[in-house]
Amino acid sequence: MAAPMLRWVGRGRRWTFARVDGGSCHRRGAPTGSTSNRIRGQSSVAQQPLYTTQKPRKGEHKWAAVVGLEIHAQISSNSKLFSGSQVRFSAPPNSLVSFFDASLPGTLPVLNRRCVEAAVMTGLALNCHINKKSLFDRKHYFYADLPAGYQITQRRLPIAVNGSLTYSVCAGKKQSQVIPKTVRIKQIQLEQDSGKSLHDDLRSQTLIDLNRAEGQLRVDANISVHHPGEPLGVRTEVKNLNSIRFLAKAIDYEIQRQIDELENGGEILNETRSFHHQLGYTMSMRDKEGKQDYRWFMPEPNLPPLVLYDATSLPAGADPQQVINIDQIRETLPELPSVTRERLVQQYGMLLEHSFTLLNEVGLLEFFQNVIKETRAEPKKVTSWVLNTFLGYLKQQNLAVSESPVTPSALAELLDLLDSRTISSAAAKQVFEELWKREGKTPGQIVSEKQLELMEDRGALEQLCHSVMEAHPQVVMDLKEGHPRAINKLIGLVRKATQSRADPAMIKEILEKKLSS
Amino acid sequence: QSGSSLRIVSAALKQGQITPTELCQKCLSLIKKTKFLNAYITVSEEVALKQAEESEKRYKNGQSLGDLDGIPVAVKDNFSTSGIETTCASNMLKGYIPPYNATVVQKLLDQGALLMGKTNLDEFAMGSGSTDGVFGPVKNPWSYSKQYREKRKQNPHSKNEDSDWLITGGSSGGSAAAVSAFTCYAALGSDTGGSTRNPAAHCGLVGFKPSYGLVSRHGLIPLVNSMDVPGILTRCVDDAAIVLGALAGPDPKDSTTVHDPINKPFMLPSLADVSKLCIGIPKEYLVPELSSEVQSLWSKAADLFESEGAKVLEVSLPHTSYSIVCYHVLCTSEVASNMARFDGLQYGHRCDIDVSTEAMYAATRREGFNDVVRGRILSGNFFLLKENYENYFVKAQKVRRLIANDFVNAFNSGVDVLLTPTTLSEAVPYLEFIKEDNRTRSAQDDIFTQAVNMAGLPAVSIPVALSNQGLPIGLQFIGRAFCDQQLLTVAKWFEKQVQFPGIQLQELTDDCSAVLENEKLASVSLKQ
Repeated sequence: MAAPMLRWVGRGRRWTFARVDGGSCHRRGAPTGSTSNRIRGQSSVAQQPLYTTQKPRKGEHKWAAVVGLEIHAQISSNSKLFSGSQVRFSAPPNSLVSFFDASLPGTLPVLNRRCVEAAVMTGLALNCHINKKSLFDRKHYFYADLPAGYQITQRRLPIAVNGSLTYSVCAGKKQSQVIPKTVRIKQIQLEQDSGKSLHDDLRSQTLIDLNRAEGQLRVDANISVHHPGEPLGVRTEVKNLNSIRFLAKAIDYEIQRQIDELENGGEILNETRSFHHQLGYTMSMRDKEGKQDYRWFMPEPNLPPLVLYDATSLPAGADPQQVINIDQIRETLPELPSVTRERLVQQYGMLLEHSFTLLNEVGLLEFFQNVIKETRAEPKKVTSWVLNTFLGYLKQQNLAVSESPVTPSALAELLDLLDSRTISSAAAKQVFEELWKREGKTPGQIVSEKQLELMEDRGALEQLCHSVMEAHPQVVMDLKEGHPRAINKLIGLVRKATQSRADPAMIKEILEKKLSS
Repeated sequence: QSGSSLRIVSAALKQGQITPTELCQKCLSLIKKTKFLNAYITVSEEVALKQAEESEKRYKNGQSLGDLDGIPVAVKDNFSTSGIETTCASNMLKGYIPPYNATVVQKLLDQGALLMGKTNLDEFAMGSGSTDGVFGPVKNPWSYSKQYREKRKQNPHSKNEDSDWLITGGSSGGSAAAVSAFTCYAALGSDTGGSTRNPAAHCGLVGFKPSYGLVSRHGLIPLVNSMDVPGILTRCVDDAAIVLGALAGPDPKDSTTVHDPINKPFMLPSLADVSKLCIGIPKEYLVPELSSEVQSLWSKAADLFESEGAKVLEVSLPHTSYSIVCYHVLCTSEVASNMARFDGLQYGHRCDIDVSTEAMYAATRREGFNDVVRGRILSGNFFLLKENYENYFVKAQKVRRLIANDFVNAFNSGVDVLLTPTTLSEAVPYLEFIKEDNRTRSAQDDIFTQAVNMAGLPAVSIPVALSNQGLPIGLQFIGRAFCDQQLLTVAKWFEKQVQFPGIQLQELTDDCSAVLENEKLASVSLKQ
């Protein structure tokens, strides 16, 4: 599955449209179980490539599934693909509509440079061949939220082709086995987004918002099953899947439905299906949305071929505003996630799955790196704090990294205090909790106000242990009568008396010494 | 009639012999007087008078915007005009008021031109007679000319005068009639297969189709995007060059306009001699349907060039005969696509049926489009069907390339300009014209003009002489792509040689004779 590639999706109004040919997606067994790790699950069984039905007849009746994805993702840009009107999330309906967007007669598309650059960059990131010349086509169909009666897209000669994305999935009992996988990418094309229809069933009205559709990602999945060694089966297309969870669910359902259908002597129709989110099944789209228009694509006559250059083909003296240089875009390509993950593992001795977590949460990697920069603490310590404590707090309160009350500097300072043994781990947790309250205090201030410094004075600690033992003779008795675990109770009591400022190991050592004397 | 050219009246404005408001009022009164021609769909009287007032202020302050400041112009009703109804002569767009100006309209206004109104056409520019619009046919001013009337008196067979009026040709017939009847000094037409040159020839005007990509199409409601160009109708070549100078140039809103710098302004030199010129005569244009009068004028014109020292060559454009059918496939396919937006949802006509969106679409389009438009949409969708696409659309595109290459080959053989007829014959009476359907007529009438659009070349129709019936006949010059200036220079030389007699409309325009006062305006000194 192509989950990781969805990460490049940005917020915007324009669609980049990637057709991912997933190749054969081999599975075994009926897809069941929780959906949240379904994508992971699918791949984890990929080494055992074939489906067998639950009740094999005539020996081994094996199935292979083939899945191809059409991924529609919005480009992060300030204005639309073919018009100057703005792109803004959740703007009032029809407030960002140019004359072109409304398809007023006589208006013409003007290609947005930023979108072309984004498409080239996406193509490069996905190891595609960038076509130096690409063309635009009109795809015709009548629908209320498509005001021109056609959609401008790139069908025949798209901007990028023949790419691949390598990614890893975790497998094994503890998800600790990392398996590299590759999906092939057939093409990336620039495509105009349609509007959004809002159906008011009560008044049987449809309202149209030409700001263009909300939501940054939409996937159509093409699915077929066949017996290995035989020709591919008839495919169905499940449309408009808008989350990875639903995508996985829909594919699982559809594969099993097709197998069941064929095993029961039925046939698969080449049709469009929709996925019912709540009930988790796909159904044929018999309404107008499912109908494919019978008309073929026509070249878009108002957009000349899109010509891109590289260092060798760039005409001398070309106006940089008028040309797009592929090599220049390649130079601005950020470090790709797979490289970053590898670097994290190499540099910080991090587990691969931790590197995934760091990259999958927006802003988390940057937060981590900023902490690393400012602290003397070991990278492993930092990783643990960022992934467990920090991320845990964020998740609990459903916050984004950017909304965190704790800054990287504050966490770095806290980890320094821990590293220098100024405070105990338990005290550090306490300080972190204080920081989360957003009271504007530094960890140092919190430690001194709350007197959380580690008790280094052994004499004082010995005194405290003595008092605690005196105050709890019953516990001491238990210990002496052969219940060694009772020492934990004493340790806890001493820690409490020190307000968690003492090192538990030292407390234990003192107590043991006193008990044995 | 030379006193009525844009260049001369522009000089008169600059020298204060006439004010923009006077000029505007005279044209408005001529528009009223010639209302029966049906040249205008909308007369923008208030707008024009206000623009005239502003122009007058500029002249008073010595801040004239140039040659077009204060000049009355008309615009075909398929160019978007901000705040002014733009109908395409279709029920579909009745009442549609665009919120923006087409780039060419904006450029005219920016140079101070006065917008007199929006001119009549065939619905969505589909036709060659200006007879198939929802506002009725346009009448050719030459029907009422002294020249034509006198000839008719001599003809014992002539019937009832009123019912025997002539068509203007089309589809920019309203613009042609508007210029021909002196209601303005220049008009914008559009030219997809000859829609500017054809009515120019029938109305005794200069009709210029610029190179594709030289003039912006933004705001022109499309017929065939890959062939449409804004066209210019004027009474002489110099005027066309002035207007072209105002309109030409890249437009960020039209990605098909070219960036290469072109000599501006389009000042046309007066050719002293043509001995270095090579004129090509395409042999395939000599078709059996060509009237003997046009044929004879065509060969006289060739002789004229030869006698003045130009080299005249017969050339071959071998794929000419495939042009009409190829055009039909490409045109209807684009029409089917372009017309899809007219669904009654956002603008224009909407039917009362609200059973379902589909039923609403169907009824809206049934009510909004005439038979011609619907017929072309139907054919176009047929050609775009998956199973037909390769056999029709793709093949037609290939033939289009062959046709374009024919021209390239001709020009590579050393020819500078091609000389051809513009139309088969002079304008025919309306009753004659409507005996054939629109499709047949368009196919016949576009025969000399439409291959040029396939190749994106500049072409101009120049009025040459009057036929035996006293009606204008035009010939066409075709130039190399983006050699518009060279083309017009040759046309200007030719225009000077032939001395075409202007239309005599005294009976119609007597009351407004001041605007045509040749004696007065002829005294204006002209700087070359």
